[in-house]
Formats: sequence, structure tokens, C-alpha cells
Amino acid sequence: MSKKKMTASVISQEKIAEDIYSMWIKAQEVVQQAVPGQFISMYTNDGGKLLPRPISICEINQEQGMLRVVYRVTGKNTGTEQFSKLQSGDNIEIMGPLGNGFPLETGRDKKALLFGGGIGVPPMLELAKQLKSEYSTDCHLVMGYRSETFLTEEMEKAGTLYIATEDGSIGTKGNVIDAVKERKLEADIIYACGPTPMLRAIKEYALENHIPCYISMEERMACGIGACLACVCKTKDVDEHSNVHNKRVCKDGPVFLAEEVEI
Amino acid sequence: MNTTINLAGVELKNPVMTASGTFGSGEEYSEFVDLNRLGAVVTKGVANVPWPGNPTPRIVETQGGMLNAIGLQNPGVEVFCKRDIPFLRQYDTKIIVNVCGKTTEDYCEVVERLADEPVDMLEINISCPNVKEGGIAFGQNPKSVEEITKEIKKRAKQPVIMKLSPNVTDITETAKAAEAGGADVLSLINTLTGMKIDIHRQTFALANKTGGMSGPAIKPIAVRMVYQAANAVKIPIIGMGGISTAEDAIEMILAGASAVSVGTANFFNPTATLDVVEGIEKYMEKYHFENLSDMVGIV
Repeated sequence: MSKKKMTASVISQEKIAEDIYSMWIKAQEVVQQAVPGQFISMYTNDGGKLLPRPISICEINQEQGMLRVVYRVTGKNTGTEQFSKLQSGDNIEIMGPLGNGFPLETGRDKKALLFGGGIGVPPMLELAKQLKSEYSTDCHLVMGYRSETFLTEEMEKAGTLYIATEDGSIGTKGNVIDAVKERKLEADIIYACGPTPMLRAIKEYALENHIPCYISMEERMACGIGACLACVCKTKDVDEHSNVHNKRVCKDGPVFLAEEVEI
Repeated sequence: MNTTINLAGVELKNPVMTASGTFGSGEEYSEFVDLNRLGAVVTKGVANVPWPGNPTPRIVETQGGMLNAIGLQNPGVEVFCKRDIPFLRQYDTKIIVNVCGKTTEDYCEVVERLADEPVDMLEINISCPNVKEGGIAFGQNPKSVEEITKEIKKRAKQPVIMKLSPNVTDITETAKAAEAGGADVLSLINTLTGMKIDIHRQTFALANKTGGMSGPAIKPIAVRMVYQAANAVKIPIIGMGGISTAEDAIEMILAGASAVSVGTANFFNPTATLDVVEGIEKYMEKYHFENLSDMVGIV
């Protein structure tokens, strides 16, 4: 009985871009175990919205037992809209940390490219911070946005930041791979989180250039702990647990070695 | 206070079990729940060979419920017997294996494979709405319900629970058909076929288009069907469909269920099963029920 759902208290809430919110919550027991790339399940107070929302961990503050989530409000009357209305002093039910997280040791003394796209940007922040401070990784962060950027100030402190925007308003016009080509970036290892088309392009780039690459996947989840088999992804080989070509994103992932999954 | 319940000769320490497909084989939830405290663990459906399941998205939330179209992904009976049964044997709870298949032969193959395994009961899933062949095709026709029940009963060494579909006009017909085929116990309801459209992507929310609806929103339908079935047959009934709390479980028991399964609630409250166990005990104390069996079907 090592895991449990717990009540976390909201420390602060802030809108940092259109539909993008940043919330710090105090959750000592979760924070103690958390590593970059993991996520938490967040529950609404609305009995009509049953399922937990899986939200990636953006920053971890061990000293104060706090963690930061940066999430997108997906529409009116959604669970994420409800989260965005929480204020300092409010409580929220959470479960976690869930999933495997990024394998930090793989970045030791290496030159790393960290890719984030859209709402896949937030988990790359804590990853960059820990790689830089604990594993002396030379972090180059390539972050892709539609137009408006967020978390860039924090990212700049954790490594060299390159930005790509779809409309070209900031940085390279295009996607994160366009930015890599424009800036002629090189790396010994790649970590990425973002929409599937972006992950697909990064996987292809990594394979062509023979660079080990870890990607964080997203899929609709129900239980969040590996029991319901809702959030599976296709795998190259037969998975030991499922005995078919499926792995569970919530439990076996969300981080996978790019070549082991088919995207 | 006596919370034990006897189902076809198998004595459960309490009437609370897990609904198939929501609890895996218990391993993941054992980090939250002491499985020793459950009346039984009902496993996810097991087929004769591994099934890959449906494409994603496989689930979507709806108001007060959810739709799933997992497609009965499972590792096959061999892996199940080697890995999952030994895991569950570590606990003092009954093991009920949910069996799925595409043809009568598929079901029978699994039933025969499990005959000498240390499992307590078999629950036959003839009501999954998410697989094209088998599943619900058996469960909607009283004649085929009776036939497949007979075939399974010929081979099964453990008591047989037939899991019925709510996607029928008259639940008493399939309930009586299963009883006539020799079923020892019935479980109901499986999920209700539903659909959700993603208006932003302008397509179906689930890759499978339709899915099985579960969760608190379906409970009144489940209670009604349990009541109807309990009045139509003599064999015991395991009630399920939207049970999230002890109060929900007690409703189901008073309507005629001898035992209950907690399903979707596990997803939003990992300790839901234990909450139900404790709540039933408190209720029995409050209303002076000495035996749980005294509560069954008294409305």
C-alpha cells in the first residue's frame, strides 16, 4: 500500500499565456518521490467529471515540498477550466507521482537536445534543471509554440534556448526540427515531449543521425496506474506485460525509447 | 455480524468484488487496496490467445460516466495462468476469472484450460459491446445464451457465472435462458452501448465509434435490471453498474443482488472497494441486519 490519493493545497495560480495556467501545489509525499517526466492525476470536484486529468510535472521544489503544473484549459466546462479557478489556500485531490520519467543518467556529461511542443513544453523544464545541476549535461532547449510563448525565462536559466513558432512571430518560423536545421544544432542525446506529429519528426531525425532519443507520449487515460489498458501505444516488439504489441503509456511510460514505440 | 455470502457453494467473506476490466488482475490496485479484504477479485477478460484490443482513443468521459472500447486486450490464458493466478493466490480472497472469446470453441478452450487451475469461479463475458464477433452477439439472443451456457457447463469444473448484457429489450429473457442452460450465478449489468462525438475534431471520440457506458450515470438502469432478473430466476445475482459507494451497493443488494461489483469507481477512487466493504458493515449495524443474506432482495 505504497501509493495513495492525497489532498494537496494550492499555493499559487497564475495565467501565463492564453489558456495556459501555472499552479504550484504543496504535496510533500508526492514531491519526495517525483522525477522529471512523471505526471500526476488531478481530480475535479464535479461528480459529473469522474476521471482524473493526467498533468505533467513542470517543476519540483524538494525543500518546500511543492510542485508546479503548467496546463492548458481545453475549453468551457472542462475539468482543466475548473482547475484554473482554484486559488491559494484551496485544496485539490491528486495522485502520484505516476509513470516512469526521463532516464536522467543517460544525460550525464552529454550534449543534450530537449524538445518541447505546445503543452509538451512544461515537463522539459524540470528535466533541463536537473540535467544541468546534477548530471552536468549541456542542455540545448528547442521549444515549439503556435504563436505565444511561455516558460521561456525559466528555460533560459536551465540551458541555451531556441524557439520555433508556427507563425514566425518569435524565433524560427516553423517547427522544432526547422529550428535544429537553421541553427545547425547537434546532440549526443535527445529528450522530447509534444504532439505526435512532432514526436514522429524527432524520432525520424534521431534515427537518421543515430542519436539515442527518449520521447514522452500522451494518450487518453482512465485509471492512470496501468490497470484499465485505455492508454496503450504500439510497440515494435511484443511487450512482456501485455503479451501483444502494446505498452501502457501511464505505467510503462510516458517516456519511451523512440525506437521501441511506433508513432 | 455476518457479511459472508454463499454463491453456488463458494463462500465469500463479504459481497464486494471488482468488476471485470476495471481492476486488471489486482496487481496495480494492490498498491492502494489490501486485496485480503475483498470478497473476490474478478479479473479482466481472458481469451484462449492474446488479444491486441482496439485502436486508441479507447476511452472518453461522459457526464457522470464514461465510454470504453478497450476491445478486451489480454495476454491470453497461458500468460494469465503463469503470472496472474500465482499473484492472486498470495491473498485470502476468491479468484473469479472473466472469460472472453469470439466463438463457443474459444470460450470452451479457456474454460478447459482453467479447469485444474486454483480459481474459484468463472465469469463468462457474453456481453462485451466492443468486439465485433462473439461477446455481445451471444448475449443478446436468449437461445444462444442458453446454448453457450450449456456448452460451458459441460466443461467447467468451477461454478459458472454468466455475465449479461443490458442491451436487450427484456433482461428476464436472457436471465432465464442462462438459468435454463445451467448457469450457477448471473452477473449484470455489463456496459450500455453508447457514442460520443468529438465536436472539435468532428469525428467519433472513440476510435471504435461506439463504446460501453459505465459509471454512476447508469446505476438506476442496473438497479432496475437486477430487480427484474432477481424476480425472474432462482439463482443468485451479482449486481453491478455504477456502484461507487456503499449506499449504491446496498441499493443493489436490496433490489436482489447477493453480491456486488465495483467497477468504474476504481478509476476515480482507488479505494472504492474498501469504502463499500466498510459502509455495508456500518449499514448492517445501523439497521440491525445480523446476516448480509437477510438484506438480499427484500424490497
